Amino acid sequence: MTPVLATALAILIGAAIAYILGFDPFVAYGALLTGAFGNTMAISSTLAGAVPLALAGLGVSVAFRAGLFNIGAEGQYWIGVIAAVWFGYHLTGWPGWLHTLVCVVAAAVAGGLWGGLIPGLAKAYRGAHEVITTMMMSYIAIYFGQYLIAAGGPMHAPGYNAQSYPIRQDAWLTVLVPPQLTTAVFFALGTAVAVWWVMFHTTVGFRLRTVGANARAARYAGILVPAYTVLALGLSGLLAGLAGGVQVLALDHRLMWGFNTGYGYTAIVVALLARNHPFGVLLAAVFFSALSTGGQNMQMVSQLPSSLTDVLTGLIVFFVAAERMVPLAIAWYRRRRGVRVQVAAAGEGGREA
Amino acid sequence: MSVLTNPQLWASTLAMTVPLALPAIGGTFSERAGVVNIAMEGIMLMGAFFGVAFSYWTGSAWLGLVFGVLMGGLLAAVFAWAAIRLAADQVVLGMAVNIFASGLTAFLLNTLFGYEGTPPDTPPLPFVSLPWLGPVFSHQSVLLYVMFAIVALSHWFLFHTRIGLRIRAVGENPLAADTAGLNVWRLRYAGVIVGGMLSALGGVYLSIGILNSFDVGMTNGRGFIALAAMIFGKWTPVGSFLASLLFGFSTALGIALQGQGVSPDLLSMIPYVLTILALTGLVGRSTPPAADGIPYTPIR
Repeated sequence: MTPVLATALAILIGAAIAYILGFDPFVAYGALLTGAFGNTMAISSTLAGAVPLALAGLGVSVAFRAGLFNIGAEGQYWIGVIAAVWFGYHLTGWPGWLHTLVCVVAAAVAGGLWGGLIPGLAKAYRGAHEVITTMMMSYIAIYFGQYLIAAGGPMHAPGYNAQSYPIRQDAWLTVLVPPQLTTAVFFALGTAVAVWWVMFHTTVGFRLRTVGANARAARYAGILVPAYTVLALGLSGLLAGLAGGVQVLALDHRLMWGFNTGYGYTAIVVALLARNHPFGVLLAAVFFSALSTGGQNMQMVSQLPSSLTDVLTGLIVFFVAAERMVPLAIAWYRRRRGVRVQVAAAGEGGREA
Repeated sequence: MSVLTNPQLWASTLAMTVPLALPAIGGTFSERAGVVNIAMEGIMLMGAFFGVAFSYWTGSAWLGLVFGVLMGGLLAAVFAWAAIRLAADQVVLGMAVNIFASGLTAFLLNTLFGYEGTPPDTPPLPFVSLPWLGPVFSHQSVLLYVMFAIVALSHWFLFHTRIGLRIRAVGENPLAADTAGLNVWRLRYAGVIVGGMLSALGGVYLSIGILNSFDVGMTNGRGFIALAAMIFGKWTPVGSFLASLLFGFSTALGIALQGQGVSPDLLSMIPYVLTILALTGLVGRSTPPAADGIPYTPIR
């Protein structure tokens, strides 16, 4: 089903659920909209939340284009956060812009290695399915992060809370529109353009897409499929790691307990909804960020729990995946109408006789 | 060493095994029939939530169990329909089911029971002690014993009955099975739905087996550890159970060693590391059923 149709259907079903439970769907969705775009602060939060979704979503889409399902963007995201934070508080006396750059590059490289090295090599040379390996690596990353900041862990800052030392302020990204929108937004826009250019205007991008379209044909065309598998997963992880690094430099500035925010999971949904097009990813990222920031406002204003937005997300993904529902429904409708037409014709024939 | 001889550790290992082994065996049924299933987490949540809800509404934990399992089966049936009839991408569908179920259960918890959580007077399933088996089997949920039966029955069913053979056949080579006159779709539906019900039973265990309440996201990733257990157990019920036992042990050990200088977080990585090693063939090679994840269009 086309993403727009799937979204519309999910929103309708959500309205029906709200109505059945005694809520006014217009009040609820109205509050969701104002919560996401109603004023400068809302827009700032929505766009800020869209940045990591867009970057990680770009990552997932690059893998998808190469026919690979990187389900572990969440872990690559956290590896990126860990790397950025580590360089963020260890380096001293560097110029601010260079410090930021080092942190961002470290995050991207770490994410790339996490996603590309083990899952990529395991897929290319041992045939281990990347869905499972990236997912497993994701959990390993999350537990690794928790280990680092737990009491006694190597990055644990003294105190009761499980959190790391903060990144030095000179490396923080600059706030453009308070409260949350920072220069991180330029990373998202720039990366989207870069991914678009690489995927559609370079030989490497062409080869990646060829591997995704038909791996066997790609091999006969002389493309080193294993190498491009590793490259695709590596690039994918690189972008997810970049998402983590940019986000932590923009907002939290440290590795914290309860850091399981799920950007990496939503990024998969973003890529799916965008049909893996880089600019579509930007739009879809804003959409899902709006759902999440607007959902908070919806809950406050209309008492409708914000978890409804997860129900909507689940439905959207389901409908996008189950695209054959549409031809099936059309065929069913035609059959029924066909039967009715036949009955009517039979009726008329009877009268004539 | 005293940690290892403490019966508490082994009792809690068994208690931790149940919510892994049941969904792992559930996943085994689904994947043996040829449908990749990463939706165990979501289906468990459905079982957990509706187990509590119906236990409270009917006043009977056993009815809660039945309805929890049925709701899990229902969600699995929808998943199966899209995966089999609509030939949709099974990994994407599994994700959709997980997101949907985590949203729906949180949403229903708050709309039906308010923000204070499920009622404290919800009846739980009984605990059973078998004193002659030692302290390890004291005060364990009745579902622990049910799990042992399910492990044995599933093994017998999949490997020693005709219908078990047929389910495995459609997961290995659906065209051959179809040519031999088997109904590939129906067998796949059976595998996914039975598997969904087993996963839901794992969720029921968490909510009314060891507690009598539901919490948002209370499965806490167990559906994915179960996925790992299924793979590490080489897509067999007994293997899934043994892997779950190992993973349950690493969790229980992490809790027992808390504050003794061993990081529970590092211990928690064990299932995932072992799974990657198993898939890459470094620790006993694990190979999925040949037609796992590939939709099938019957010959007509």
